[in-house]
Amino acid sequence: MTAIPTRPAVRRHHWIVRLTHWATVLVLAGMIASGLQIYEAYARFGNRGGPLLPSPFDGTQWPHWSRLGGWLAGALNWHFALMWPLVTLGLVYLAYLVKSGEWRGLLFLPRDVPGAVQMVKYYLRLRRDHPPQGKHNPLQKLAYTGVIVLGALAVLTGLAIYKPTQLGWLTALLGGFQAARYWHFWIVWLFVGFTITHIILVFVVDPASLRAMLTGWYRGRFPSHD
Amino acid sequence: MTERQTPRRQDAKLHEVDRRAFVKLAVAGGAASLVAACGWDGGRLIRPALLDWSRVNDWVGEKILFSPTRLARTYDPRERSAMLPSYFISDMTPMLRDPGAWRLRVDGMVARPLDLSLDDLMAMPRVAYTVKHHCVEGWSAIASWHGVPVSALVERCRPLAGARFIRFASFDAGYTNGWDLASALHPQTILAYGMNDNPLPPAHGAPLRLYSPTKLGYKLTKYLVSMTFTDQRPGGYWEDQGYPWFGGI
Repeated sequence: MTAIPTRPAVRRHHWIVRLTHWATVLVLAGMIASGLQIYEAYARFGNRGGPLLPSPFDGTQWPHWSRLGGWLAGALNWHFALMWPLVTLGLVYLAYLVKSGEWRGLLFLPRDVPGAVQMVKYYLRLRRDHPPQGKHNPLQKLAYTGVIVLGALAVLTGLAIYKPTQLGWLTALLGGFQAARYWHFWIVWLFVGFTITHIILVFVVDPASLRAMLTGWYRGRFPSHD
Repeated sequence: MTERQTPRRQDAKLHEVDRRAFVKLAVAGGAASLVAACGWDGGRLIRPALLDWSRVNDWVGEKILFSPTRLARTYDPRERSAMLPSYFISDMTPMLRDPGAWRLRVDGMVARPLDLSLDDLMAMPRVAYTVKHHCVEGWSAIASWHGVPVSALVERCRPLAGARFIRFASFDAGYTNGWDLASALHPQTILAYGMNDNPLPPAHGAPLRLYSPTKLGYKLTKYLVSMTFTDQRPGGYWEDQGYPWFGGI
């Protein structure tokens, strides 16, 4: 970071974005940890005495450090308390995106496909120079659009498991109670995969973006061309 | 597009701000991993708050999400699961020494207390259905149940105006559950004396158990002996240990 002092700083992330980002990190960590504790009570997917949905994690007991709540009731109470801030943070963030117009820089659209192909080529070393980009390149748009959709699916599958009778239409839409549990569980690993990739790319490609998410100011290699 | 060019003089401060923010983040992250590290139920400070918040969720479940008329999906008896686990608190399957002497007592805030034999209950209106059973642990299984709707008993005992809850008690090591009146009056909430076309087996609460596809399994009192109408929210065996009180699904 010492090699780039001449670049002008630009205001990148509004405080609402930074607050919801880091608060979601904490809340989501709590949701996942309590979810892993809940999982343990019935560590497979399918009706009793019936066929199971395919999963390599049948009967898996997660490491103690990764679980929150101590036992099923404790974990449920964490999970059902943290679901409120998680949904609230998601809605505040989405409302900000809509009101500020920043959704335009994040939403992956069909016209982003060629640019995404160029980015893939760059990462596969089939192209030497980094394609010019705005605040986010098309692959980032794809990832960030995807993770927002994933968040919505996490909430919907969660509601389908939480109230399978009152929200029976939703549970049926997702393939039934056990299928909804199944999707709810796999969404966790997509979140974990996204997060790991996200952190690696921040440090490898654009470390200045970490500071931008903390302070709001960006002074890295990819100032806006939009 | 959304970025604004800003004066260079901001640059000097950036490193400081960055470092401070990073330390804050590290502290928060460290605390979070400590929290996760010990299977934490929240300790003396947070656990009571979590339990209080669980009451908010109970309220949302009862007053907003619960519908007194929406029926749970029913299945064809051929879709029954091959097995349905059975749970009880006692060391051995609770059994009556003298089944003929068993009575269901309906008392508390009612105009007419009742004392009913199994034959009395079987002579009352009968509801039968095949539904999915949901356990708080996450498993589910399909089974058929038949019995008398709780609403039929309510009609007969006529609760007083102030009665808002029912306490269901069993002869299984003092196992009890507290119910809101609306859930108890749901058309699919029954006192079941039969399962899968047979008399209710001892493992599943013989001679009589509470059943409803609107609640999790731990709310469905087995080995019933009494229903007490009250204006005070009754606790329950698992509910008092921290499981959600409403337990509605």
